[in-house]
Amino acid sequence: MLVMPQQPFSIPSLFLSIFAIFLIIQLPACSSSEQAAPPSEPATQERNLTDLESLYWARIDSSRMNFVQADVDFMTDMIAHHAQALIMSRLAPENDASRSVQALAARIINAQYDEIGTMQKWLRDRGQPVPEVHIDGLILMIHMENGDDDEMDHAAMGHHDHHAGHGGMGHDAMAHHHDMPGMLTQDQLEELAKARGTEFDRKFLAFMIEHHEGAVYMVDELFSADGAALDREIFDLASGINAEQITEIERMRLMLEEIE
Amino acid sequence: MKQFVPAILLGMAALIGIYSCTSTEQLQQTSTSTLLPITEIEQPYPDPRVGLQAGVFDAEETIWNLRMISTTPPPDDFIGSWGTDLAFKDNYAIQGNYNGFIIWDISNPESPDVVVDFLCPASQSDVSVYGDLLFVSGEGLGGRLDCGTEGVRETVSADRLRGIRIFDISDIHEPEYIANVQTCRGSHTHSVLVDPNDDENIYVYVSGSAPVRPEEELAGCSDAFPDEDPDSALFRIEVIKVPLANPELAEIVSSPRIFDDLEAPPTHGLAPEEQAVVDRAIEAGRFVANYGETQRIVNDGMVRNFLSQIVEERGGEGEPTEADSTLLRERLDDMYMEFMEERLAARGRGLDLGPNQCHDITLYPEIGLAGGACEGYGLLIDISDPVNPVRIDAVADSNFAYWHSATFNNDGTTVLFTDEWGGGTQPKCRETDPYEWGANAIYTIVDGKMEFQSYFKMPAPQTSTENCVAHNGSMIPIPGRDIMVQSWYQGGINVFDFTDPANPIEIAYHDRGPLSDDRLEIGGSWSIYWYNGLLINSEIVRGLDIFELVPSDFITENEIAASNTVRMDYFNPQGQPMFTWPASYALARAYADQLDRNRELDMQSIQMLRTGIDRAERTNGNEQTRILTELAAEMESRATGSANSNKVLKIAETLRELAEG
Repeated sequence: MLVMPQQPFSIPSLFLSIFAIFLIIQLPACSSSEQAAPPSEPATQERNLTDLESLYWARIDSSRMNFVQADVDFMTDMIAHHAQALIMSRLAPENDASRSVQALAARIINAQYDEIGTMQKWLRDRGQPVPEVHIDGLILMIHMENGDDDEMDHAAMGHHDHHAGHGGMGHDAMAHHHDMPGMLTQDQLEELAKARGTEFDRKFLAFMIEHHEGAVYMVDELFSADGAALDREIFDLASGINAEQITEIERMRLMLEEIE
Repeated sequence: MKQFVPAILLGMAALIGIYSCTSTEQLQQTSTSTLLPITEIEQPYPDPRVGLQAGVFDAEETIWNLRMISTTPPPDDFIGSWGTDLAFKDNYAIQGNYNGFIIWDISNPESPDVVVDFLCPASQSDVSVYGDLLFVSGEGLGGRLDCGTEGVRETVSADRLRGIRIFDISDIHEPEYIANVQTCRGSHTHSVLVDPNDDENIYVYVSGSAPVRPEEELAGCSDAFPDEDPDSALFRIEVIKVPLANPELAEIVSSPRIFDDLEAPPTHGLAPEEQAVVDRAIEAGRFVANYGETQRIVNDGMVRNFLSQIVEERGGEGEPTEADSTLLRERLDDMYMEFMEERLAARGRGLDLGPNQCHDITLYPEIGLAGGACEGYGLLIDISDPVNPVRIDAVADSNFAYWHSATFNNDGTTVLFTDEWGGGTQPKCRETDPYEWGANAIYTIVDGKMEFQSYFKMPAPQTSTENCVAHNGSMIPIPGRDIMVQSWYQGGINVFDFTDPANPIEIAYHDRGPLSDDRLEIGGSWSIYWYNGLLINSEIVRGLDIFELVPSDFITENEIAASNTVRMDYFNPQGQPMFTWPASYALARAYADQLDRNRELDMQSIQMLRTGIDRAERTNGNEQTRILTELAAEMESRATGSANSNKVLKIAETLRELAEG
């Protein structure tokens, strides 16, 4: 038996009885709504909290030293990959998608928009070039923001010179992004943008399944690189993308099934 | 003797009260209800959780209907690492951490004491206890068999631990690392199952959500689909058997595929606009099939196929007749169902297997059930045979939830799933985030089937630098009510009542400002659980917080006193215990308060009951027995006049037990 009953008259209940008296003595004033908790401050520690806070930030900074180029590549590529999912999902409301596809698209936008922010922060925190996303209709443009510019934020980022890809790229890397697994071609995007109603649903689901499968593949690649995904933030993010996108793939297949 | 002194004081206090209040006021208090129904109690407005100042150990805080007893930062080696889940044994709270685990002595909750800080890095280090054993989950790639802090850099390595670590804690001050069980996906979480019919072994269910490790590292690990490799590590959980006499012989004994053959997830029914389309189709005389909880318009091609099938079955040929058409209308639901089943069976690989893994499984052995939070599905699992769990129901959610954990109410009639949208690292409680996303979904269990009731989400908008989503929690044993305490990461913690599963209500909370105003750093509450009268909070960054409930319009002091009569020797939140309440005056009074609050018994009877309980408690011996027995009989006779005769009878039963001493 897990739950062991205790005799009811323990010290806590004695305390509560006294507390009851406290309440009843209040009664002569006939105020029933006031039930003040016994005034007491939480116990405080003797350790110096300012020192602990400095230690906290120092540890947070040093926890960001533990990454390899495969991590940087994954984050950089996944930003563009997610950005295309935004382009696709934003079409749903205006292209008369069904209610469930619109709900799915809204959830994808919310999730992947936030994850883009997380990935950009991850790169910035590590002094790496950060892909800035610009979307103009169906056109995706990625500009690399120079990693150096952001070293102002975190002085501890200074010794990352051995990592490749450091420094201003500043070029439009769009052409490269279509090579990633699951990325749609510009023709496919235009095809999707022209579809309406059920036809849109069908195309959207088929394309997004492919797109998500690409992301899952990218996670697998990350995990098969030596020394990659040791950083807790990238491990959690990549595992999360893996689990959530597999879940969405299943849901989308069922939705597609129902249409057909 | 202990109750004697307060009893006299109570009597005196009551006299003073009567003396100084006017008689009409006193009369009102005896004839009308003193407690507001919980739906009528006002909540703090504006919500004080909005706009709290940022800080790591000095963030601004707000608290409502709780008292913070203490807050203690983690030991130095664990500052900057992430605190995770909790398990409890005796007066100890064991807190997992990405760096290992911490054992806190909480016998003085004003000042919890670190007795062990065990460095042994692995994410997430979810912890469980049983007897002298401590189990710790390892999932991340850097976990080492030797607990080293240097990590493992190679993709394939003999040093890596992904699975379950087992420690001997017979001397809790000196945990001894005695065994490992390696698994293919590592252990994101795990649940310890104590089989009531087996006192020699316990079972550990392992859930993993990370990718499968290479076969070169752990033989037999395959991430092929099961139709290519029947031993695939996908689409299954692992069951580890631990012989209590020889825990170092723990091993995987089965890998049940509890997900196989899941059908299309049911939805909450059709949206109004979709229902309107169906209604118009019915009016127009089209074929509409009832499928699960929804209605489907059957398209013309399918109707033609069904009709030819009917013609064929009667041995006929050519065009279907009016009679065939009538027959189809009768058989449509069955034919449609059969068609869908065939189609589901013919689906592409993986699809008929349903989810690929579970995030967490909550075992509730007393009712023989487990709640599996498995990707897009919430599963109800029969665990009466621990080695061979069987799925009995599955639900999916039209809001695309990613199910993370499950909690049952005490009598097992309601199950609550959490949607850990964004994995806990994203800010999903902003004003712009829908209430239904990253929330709890509450289902009732009727004849082994789950029926959706409502969503519940911590309602105070949080900033974009606060990771926030539904996370771990546990039931609080307020007798007769379903009340839960829950973590929301940087959304703080809250307590809510879901006794009415369709209308959950928040009744207490604590929140801190973000760790930082300008950058999202992971933090907040990972888990909070009730343990022997305390609410113990594992704060990811800030260590261990201890709270207690304070009486409020939502919960009376009697109800809190009754909850505090429940005592546990140990507690693993993923192995849910059934609470039982010993007979006590507090219990009888708590039930009386509930009858009062819910207007379920006339006030005259409630007043008589309260006075009788007070009188009985002040006396002893035969006189006490007589009062209690008479009061019990009186309550039994009045039960039929109550809107909740069950509760009145429970009071009578409690009084009789007290009378028997």
